[in-house]
Amino acid sequence: MNAPNTNTTGHDERTPVLAARGLVKRYGHVTALNGSDFDLWPGEVLAVVGDNGAGKSTLIKALAGAIVPDSGHLLMDGEQVSFKSPLDARRHGIETVFQDLAVAPALDITTNIFLGRESRSRGFLGAVLRRLDKKAMRTEAAAALTNLGITTARSVTQPVETLSGGQRQAVAVARAAAWSKRVVILDEPTAALGVRESGQVLELIRRVREQGLAVVLISHNMPQIFEVADRIHIHRLGRRVAVVRPQESTMAEVVSIMTGALPGNDSSVAEAPSAQQVARP
Amino acid sequence: MTISKLMPTPDAVSAQSAGTSRWSGLGQRILGSRIAGPSLALAISVVIFSATTSTFLTASNVSLILQQSVVVGMLALGQTIIVLTAGIDLANGAIAVLGTVVMGKLAMTGHHDTTALLLGFAVCLALGTLSGGVVTRLNLPPFIVTLGMLTIVTAVARLYTGSQSFPVSSGLLTFLGRTVNLGGFALTYGTLLLLAAFAVVGYMLTQTAWGTHVFAVGNDPNAARLVGIKVKRVLLSAYLLAGLCYGIAAWLALGRIAVADPSGYQSANLDSITAVVIGGTSLFGGRGGVLGTLIGTLIVLVLRNGLTQANIDSLYQDVATGILVIAAVAVDQLARRRQQR
Repeated sequence: MNAPNTNTTGHDERTPVLAARGLVKRYGHVTALNGSDFDLWPGEVLAVVGDNGAGKSTLIKALAGAIVPDSGHLLMDGEQVSFKSPLDARRHGIETVFQDLAVAPALDITTNIFLGRESRSRGFLGAVLRRLDKKAMRTEAAAALTNLGITTARSVTQPVETLSGGQRQAVAVARAAAWSKRVVILDEPTAALGVRESGQVLELIRRVREQGLAVVLISHNMPQIFEVADRIHIHRLGRRVAVVRPQESTMAEVVSIMTGALPGNDSSVAEAPSAQQVARP
Repeated sequence: MTISKLMPTPDAVSAQSAGTSRWSGLGQRILGSRIAGPSLALAISVVIFSATTSTFLTASNVSLILQQSVVVGMLALGQTIIVLTAGIDLANGAIAVLGTVVMGKLAMTGHHDTTALLLGFAVCLALGTLSGGVVTRLNLPPFIVTLGMLTIVTAVARLYTGSQSFPVSSGLLTFLGRTVNLGGFALTYGTLLLLAAFAVVGYMLTQTAWGTHVFAVGNDPNAARLVGIKVKRVLLSAYLLAGLCYGIAAWLALGRIAVADPSGYQSANLDSITAVVIGGTSLFGGRGGVLGTLIGTLIVLVLRNGLTQANIDSLYQDVATGILVIAAVAVDQLARRRQQR
């Protein structure tokens, strides 16, 4: 598990940590992505919004390595990358919290945080007997939770199913933040939560950003987006049509762009040479 | 708003898992453990049979119970691994029986005992793996696949032997029936091997990443897949290891009774499921363990032995076992529902 990134030194602040150019994905006759661009800047929370069927979940899957686009390419720190599987994306430091959480309810918090990436004991026990270093994993799991302000040192051995929905979401986010080196993608993290728990998850998202990670937040909830996002990527008809800042825009405007009532501002829509002119933090 | 509210405080934790009562940490751990119920059931039956019969709690009878439990125990060990992946194996008894007749027949037709033993192992291993292969490649329910395997393997064993049972000459194949005297207590090598196998599988399940993945796959295969666990490979390895257990069960069976009988151990598959379930492993997968299965096996055998000692009709033994199975599954359901509330 990496130490939390406190800043993004070593990377040019002008280069998006993760970007996509001209992504196309077709499913039979349906074009889910129609030349979509995407830019995520270091240390920002970027909300991705769009009507149902706008193709935002296809975009997210392409970024997370869950699908391979038909054409177009991905860039990390300006260098072209391609993800054949979620594991590829993960190797590049991108962690995704899928909508259905992907935690195993009967397993405890530590086991879930380390699931698929367990650490073994040193020496003979680990190398030959393949023994898990449970103690070290518990310590690290507790540290991962504490890093995000989740104070539960005693309960990392608690089965996830004994937690509330918000607590489970916190575990899933903590797992992503703990393993991520660059980007955390959150797919509808508050969809199943009540108001209070949603607020707590938003607070958690801010803490992930404070650790220097860039966050992609897919959400339908405008008030939440305006509360936590630095920029809003608006998706419509399979492509990015606009990027706005919450301070300079209203929810009504965002919804109008989403539904096509207002034109977008994305230069790529007008076939302009560069998509770099969009609003930046 | 503080994030610390996202996680329960220690007080909230104990209140949640122990309802309204306030157990101390240790008491809560004992009572909350999955083997608490089975252990209690075993203890109660031992106490009752010891009090009501003079023959139950004698060194020779306890030794007998242990000997009687080796075959079912070994099958139940393999069954536990499969049940933890949310599967079930109805063919384990039949596979072990085929193993015994292959071992016996080869030895009888002039092959070296070692060859016979290893080929018997290989047959069991291959058949266990075949079940797993069909389950994972064709995505079929384990219940159906192993039901088919049960029928096929039983028929094959009978075809192979002409439905005749035959004795197996003593030697390597019956070695596990030999006793070793430990302080006036006669243990068979089979019993020792059984305990060793439980220890090894228990270690693999609780102390290695493979074991964690078995639990994860049984608990939520989608979650396991999303974190990068190769679900089908884990499933296949579970059936493979179970197949190895069935091979050892075949060897244990020859040590117990030196006869290879193609129509023997017909209810061993259900006995093994009974032992697993009574031992607190959930048929829904992802919860349980081998210690519970060991206790479950002992419960089945203690009931059988004790009721016999008490001169109670053997049919009542089946009634008692059946009630225990239903009770165990009911408790599991209840616990699951309470936790997923």
